[in-house]
Amino acid sequence: MAILEVEHLHKNFENTEVLKDISFSLEKGQVLSIIGSSGSGKTTLLRCLNFLEKPGGGRIRVNGETLFDAEDPGSMQESEIRKKRLHFGLVFQSFNLFPQYTALENVMLAKELLAKAQPDYKARKKEIHAEIESEAKSLLKQMGLADRMTNYPHQLSGGQCQRVAIARALALKPDILCFDEPTSALDPELTGEVLKVIKGLADQETTMIIVTHEMAFARDVSSHVLFMDDGCILEQGTPSEVFEHPKEERTKQFLSRFTNG
Amino acid sequence: MELITEQFPIVIHSLNIGFIQTLKLFFVTLLGAVPLGLLIAFGSMSKFRPLSYLMKVIVWIIRGTPLMIQLLIIYYFPGLVFGNSIWIGETGRFVAASVGFIFNYACYFSEIYRGGIQGVPKGQEEAGLVLGMTKSQIFFKVTLLQMIKRIVPPMSNEIITLVKDTSLARIIALQEIIWAGQSFLKGSQGIAGQIWPLFFTAVYYLIFNGVLTVLLGRLEKKLDYFR
Ligand SMILES: Nc1ncnc2c1ncn2[C@@H]1O[C@H](COP(=O)(O)OP(=O)(O)OP(=O)(O)O)[C@@H](O)[C@H]1O
Ligand SMILES: [Mg+2]
Repeated sequence: MAILEVEHLHKNFENTEVLKDISFSLEKGQVLSIIGSSGSGKTTLLRCLNFLEKPGGGRIRVNGETLFDAEDPGSMQESEIRKKRLHFGLVFQSFNLFPQYTALENVMLAKELLAKAQPDYKARKKEIHAEIESEAKSLLKQMGLADRMTNYPHQLSGGQCQRVAIARALALKPDILCFDEPTSALDPELTGEVLKVIKGLADQETTMIIVTHEMAFARDVSSHVLFMDDGCILEQGTPSEVFEHPKEERTKQFLSRFTNG
Repeated sequence: MELITEQFPIVIHSLNIGFIQTLKLFFVTLLGAVPLGLLIAFGSMSKFRPLSYLMKVIVWIIRGTPLMIQLLIIYYFPGLVFGNSIWIGETGRFVAASVGFIFNYACYFSEIYRGGIQGVPKGQEEAGLVLGMTKSQIFFKVTLLQMIKRIVPPMSNEIITLVKDTSLARIIALQEIIWAGQSFLKGSQGIAGQIWPLFFTAVYYLIFNGVLTVLLGRLEKKLDYFR
């Protein structure tokens, strides 16, 4: 069974239709890349999955559980949304690390706040804290940041910030981790370190959705590729189908910009 | 009495009493304007248009006219309308001055708050939401400190200005330090025609502002550890 099923998703901003009937599914452990030109709705799609935008129509199911159904207004209750969000993680283009916390604190904060809501928190406070801290440390080590844990975001390079942001998202163990152009805000010489980390996650079969303009990377890392154009999924398939044998004229046009430029 | 050494203790005593009134006005203004400014800031950011327009008009009027005129209107207007003043005696003058100062400074503070609140990038809240935090957790654990960091430097400027602005209460004869210094010009306690007590009040302002500058500078420094 697919871990994620998106059916007939729609989204309007005022009078413009930004997502027009988006449907796709994703298997556990797979990596889905979304490519497409600027303004095609890639960010909006990720924001809908993370409940930062409310879709105008359609359904979102994770592990068979319906998280969103436009026909059922009850599925968008504020208190429910917070729990539903935890199925997804989101890594932003601009990192959005919390500047007043160290790298380690950034990774630990949300987990600690969630732990406080547990019934046995008061009794096992120290134990829980130690657990969260050791998990956060091992995540940062995995991101190659063992010697950067006590640094504040302004003391880190863009590539290091983005790796902290990835660790922060992973700390909550989301079912599906989304990336919105994770390397677009980075100097070219720093994109490699971030892509390497994401590749490492793919090798461990982390389920991911990656919006990217790094075509070589998308082809290398993904099990499935979506090409979005003007709010629609124009073409989808395996990397070799989409990149080597694109059927649609628009896809060919879009890809030629990357091979020639 | 001619010798300055004889006059000095008398003058200092009067100036001290005046300065206590100055300090009272200063702290009462802060105590009132800090929270009222927050309410005005929320009002002017409200999605309910009539409220936000009303707040913006009020802020525009208060910031666009001299505090001295506002004090005069608050002090004399009730008397003109009702026939007798509601501000009676030194206490009445103090309350009138406080009302004027609190409203005036609340409007200035509200603009600073608004800048501080809106200056925190939207991405901070969104990052918190995506991590499953509640709105109040995001406010207290993520955005509040960033707002305070943005607010402290402009607030420091306003607070230093407030110390000096309290002297405007002289216009409605509040017996603050300028009034006390001036009394020796006209004649008081056997001292008349002396201008130096008035000049000497500057020392009080300088020392108090010096202390405030150091304290506020420390606070700013404390928040220097992040950007
Ligand atoms: N909050 C908003 N209000 C109104 N229109 C919006 C809003 N957010 C996005 N849009 C519009 O929706 C369309 C899709 O935007 P989106 O950011 O999803 O595109 P994208 O594929 O991520 O583009 P890019 O590659 O530039 O990041 C654009 O035309 C954009 O102007
Ligand atoms: Mg985008």
